[in-house]
Amino acid sequence: MKYLILKHYRGGPAPVVDCGSMDKWTPEEVDAHVQFMRDFAARLEETGEFVEGQALSPEGAFVRYDGEGRPPVTDGPFAETKDLIAGWMVIDVDSWDRAVQLAGELSAAPGPGGEPIHEWLEVRPFLTEPPTVTE
Amino acid sequence: MNESLLRELVPAVIGVLVRRGAGFASAEDAVQEALIRALDTWPGDPPRDPKAWLVAAAWRKFLDAARAEASRRGRELAVETEPPAGPAPATDDTLRLYFLCAHPTLPQSSAVALTLRAVGGLTTRQIAAAYLVPEATMAQRISRAKRRIAGLPLDQPGDLGTVLRVLYLVFNEGYGGDVDLAAEAIRLTRQLAALTDEPEVAGLLALMLLHHARRASRTGPGGRLVPLAEQDRSRWDTRLIAEGVAILQAALARDRLGEYQAQAAIAALHADARSACETDWVQIVEWYDELLLLTGSPVVRLNRAVAVGEADGPRAGLAALAGVDPGLPRYAAVTAYLHERAGDLQLAAELYAEAARAATSVPERDHLTREAARARQLLAP
Repeated sequence: MKYLILKHYRGGPAPVVDCGSMDKWTPEEVDAHVQFMRDFAARLEETGEFVEGQALSPEGAFVRYDGEGRPPVTDGPFAETKDLIAGWMVIDVDSWDRAVQLAGELSAAPGPGGEPIHEWLEVRPFLTEPPTVTE
Repeated sequence: MNESLLRELVPAVIGVLVRRGAGFASAEDAVQEALIRALDTWPGDPPRDPKAWLVAAAWRKFLDAARAEASRRGRELAVETEPPAGPAPATDDTLRLYFLCAHPTLPQSSAVALTLRAVGGLTTRQIAAAYLVPEATMAQRISRAKRRIAGLPLDQPGDLGTVLRVLYLVFNEGYGGDVDLAAEAIRLTRQLAALTDEPEVAGLLALMLLHHARRASRTGPGGRLVPLAEQDRSRWDTRLIAEGVAILQAALARDRLGEYQAQAAIAALHADARSACETDWVQIVEWYDELLLLTGSPVVRLNRAVAVGEADGPRAGLAALAGVDPGLPRYAAVTAYLHERAGDLQLAAELYAEAARAATSVPERDHLTREAARARQLLAP
């Protein structure tokens, strides 16, 4: 079963630890955090559970159709108050419990002082193909 | 070149290498490499004796790997010449591989992957594509599984229940990549049925054939889900149905009922009805009762309620839902259907919408959303 682990720049439940933004950390703390993420993905590849991971820039805009022959309408940059996705990891695991366990481990990524950041991560099941046997 | 013929040779060739003294893990790796070479070279240069070619190529790969390993450890390689294969017949080897690859200590996804590679003769790339994961991830999953079962003897009978479960999972996964997993599951179950004398293996094979027979009618344009009652029955494969029914009847005559035979019996009763309204729901309910006794499964209880609704009316169906866990994925969909049949369109529309939110697949979600829209349209003045 595939699950999406979604990381947010902001939005979601109130953070339990205030780590400040990453640019205020020491370079060593940033390196340690990035290395943790890399090691985590490598470990999941090793266990045969990794599908993919991507990070997103906080830049960008909302875009929509505005009628025939007209250019699309954009709305950006994103409001400070809105939920903002920072990146994701897709995992393929045997159970929801395993997905929660892995997200819990990922949320322990180190921040200032090497302490776990306790970041809220969103875990979402993929919709699959329908099974062959239904009745 | 016939690729499925090549794939059929894989378990027997692994067996030959193991009997020559290779461990299962390295034998399986060597055969996989030989298989990839065969897929590459056979189309232009087909061998006269495919099995002998595969054995020779795999044995060379095995010796290469063993030599590399020996020199890495600074040791001499003891196995240098080609020892004669032992006397054990190849059919036993293949059966043992089924048991080993579906060993109860393996996680389900690993057992599935290993079975498809070592017994099914698929390449890691094909399995990865079928399950939509990167090839490196699938390769790791397989090698971890092999490490986990390393040292287990190949000559012991295993747990047939887990083997059937793995084959059922592969069948239920359907189609993905360039491999038709449903057809592959049927091929592997057919082969297993030829190697064993267990009514449940026949039951599973019958179940697969009966469902496969309806495959073309199960989806409409754009992958749209077509429910059983609305399927065009003229598109059902009567040859597969006849085969499934014959296999099932022979299995049932052995009088050792199991869950797959009971499921196949339900599928056979559906296949038997020339139209949805000619379905023998009373007998289907009886089979669900048997299935419930055998499994105690909440999903069976839920599906039984649908059958009761058809046999004795929607009120009876709703009553049969008492005690069924409302948290089951298709619970809302079933209640929506029964309430609609009972005449409560308003409630049915709300429940269809709720069911769509709880759906676990895109075609199912879209189908239930359409059902909600249809019920609301009927409500509108």
